[in-house]
Amino acid sequence: MLIELQGIHKTYDNGQPLHVLKGIDLSIDKGEFVSIMGASGSGKSTLLNILGILDNYDEGEYHIDGKLIKNLSEKEAAHYRNQMIGFVFQSFNLINFKTAIENVELPLFYQGVSRKERHDLAMNYLERFGLADWASHYPNEMSGGQKQRVAIARALITQPRILLADEPTGALDSKTSVEVMDLLTQLNREEKVTIIVVTHESGVANCTDKIIHIKDGIIGETTLNAEHHASIFGSDTIMK
Amino acid sequence: MKDLFLEIWESLKRNKLRTALTGFAVAWGIFMLIVLLGAGNGLMNAFMFNGRDFASNTMMIFGGYTTKPYDGLEQGRDINLNDKDIELTESQLFVNHIDDVTANITQGPYPMVWKNKSVSVSLSGSYPKIAEMDKITIEEGRFINNIDMQQRRKTAVIATSHAKQLLNGGTDYAYFLGKQLKIGNSMYKIVGIYKAQENMRNNDVYVPFTTMQMLTNNYNYEDHIVFTFHGLNTEQENEEFERQYRAVLNQSHRAAPDDDGALWIWNRFTQNMQMDKGTSILRKALWIIGILTLLGGIVGVSNIMLITVKERTHEFGIRKAIGATPASIMKLIVAESVTITALFGYIGMILGLVACEIMDATVGKSSLEMFGEKVSVFVDPTVGLDVAFGVTLVLIIAGTIAGLSPALKAARIRPIEALRNE
Repeated sequence: MLIELQGIHKTYDNGQPLHVLKGIDLSIDKGEFVSIMGASGSGKSTLLNILGILDNYDEGEYHIDGKLIKNLSEKEAAHYRNQMIGFVFQSFNLINFKTAIENVELPLFYQGVSRKERHDLAMNYLERFGLADWASHYPNEMSGGQKQRVAIARALITQPRILLADEPTGALDSKTSVEVMDLLTQLNREEKVTIIVVTHESGVANCTDKIIHIKDGIIGETTLNAEHHASIFGSDTIMK
Repeated sequence: MKDLFLEIWESLKRNKLRTALTGFAVAWGIFMLIVLLGAGNGLMNAFMFNGRDFASNTMMIFGGYTTKPYDGLEQGRDINLNDKDIELTESQLFVNHIDDVTANITQGPYPMVWKNKSVSVSLSGSYPKIAEMDKITIEEGRFINNIDMQQRRKTAVIATSHAKQLLNGGTDYAYFLGKQLKIGNSMYKIVGIYKAQENMRNNDVYVPFTTMQMLTNNYNYEDHIVFTFHGLNTEQENEEFERQYRAVLNQSHRAAPDDDGALWIWNRFTQNMQMDKGTSILRKALWIIGILTLLGGIVGVSNIMLITVKERTHEFGIRKAIGATPASIMKLIVAESVTITALFGYIGMILGLVACEIMDATVGKSSLEMFGEKVSVFVDPTVGLDVAFGVTLVLIIAGTIAGLSPALKAARIRPIEALRNE
């Protein structure tokens, strides 16, 4: 198993303690295209942050590719994030004063890759995503769909073990949402990228092969969705 | 490295006004520090310049007036130095400290005439030793010597300024060697020409002391005694010595041993010591003021860095999420802080040095008439290049420190929190 979560608990302490994750057990294999679906407050974003080593947990164990991710120093955590994880955010989180290509190549900078190599690799990805013409443009000159594709390129450039997406279509209209989900699907099918998407929208979840439901901090059912008929929003129906 | 500089350049460019204001504070700080130090040096060098013509370990003794009755004599009595005083000064009593003893009688002004030109001069009847003590430089010929003294010869040593006037501006001073010039009512043979000293209003013509006594028909009298001494290193030692000396000479004149007015002692050594103390205090004060000014600039930089960090929290969150270590974030911030201080510090330093040169070219060349003597007020108001660089280095270190606190703050934030910031 690529990802293994065993007995994960997390409590936030902002004045009053809030027990958000109450014992998560989860396994995800290489090459899977999975969604974690739940309502607001279900703990899905917290879970994703823990998976992305952006936040730590109180109890249990989290392994990526056999490596235990627990109580890491900030330096180690940064290192793992850089090497093993690609993160795509709902609000894109691109750096506004950097161009598209500069954004995409940034993770490589933290790996110590030379300027030219970074530039070339980044250009490569942008071309593949149809954004070659936008390489020198700034985020505020691009549409939401384009920004998200830049963000996905950035997430993939270090060839991470896993791509995590937190509501990737949340800020996009329906047409663009389809485009982005198609891109993710393509990445999974053709390049065998392991992808975990967190969402509250069934239309988005429907694009994935496996839907893991989370409610009140615990994993509920897991729906296998190979035929993509998971909900009334089936494969030929409307997204959103 | 290049990447780092590009990042910093981008960051500075985005906030031009803010960078400019911070930079100004830093540049101003260094500028003021250097100008202050330079001006201070200018003043201190002037003091030393004005005093440079005199050997410092000398004391000059004058006769004064008694300020209290003693031994049946009333106060207000005129005390005149005489040969006994010279004897006492040269005696075993003070042999531990006193080296060379000279005396002097100065009279004048007299007209010194050559052909149809005349110069008004004072005649200074002196001992040969005075040349060494007053640092008189002979340009042509020689100074008064012991044989002149023994034989009470009518020989004279004139200044280059006198010779020049008599030569109508010419500089062939050697011309006068061996010539007889009329000074006052007597003829003197010129045996030497000495380099006129700038800060003396009128340079004297030197004749043998003994000759002077003869001419003024005033044996057993001196205007003043000058002697060199050694072995008195603290103010206390000097004071103690002066006390003893005064007591001995006073008694010889039947004045109270502790009567400060009967004998006037001008101790160049203690004067210099006090001046040194004064300059040292001045120097410390200037440094303190300068550094405080500098501190203002540093605080400015630190302030700006704090604001910058706050503004960029979200960005740092993104960077951390894609793999930036705390060290890399810190490097970014500290490097920016150091760049600002170094760049603007350098500019401030250059401007400061230029200002010093301007000071030197203008005020530095001027002088005052003070007590009838030309006195320089400001000499060489510059700061050594090593000091300038040292100060700038200090500034760079300060810049690093200024950036550290905000940097640590930024480095420690957890990415997820940073990302929540908009």
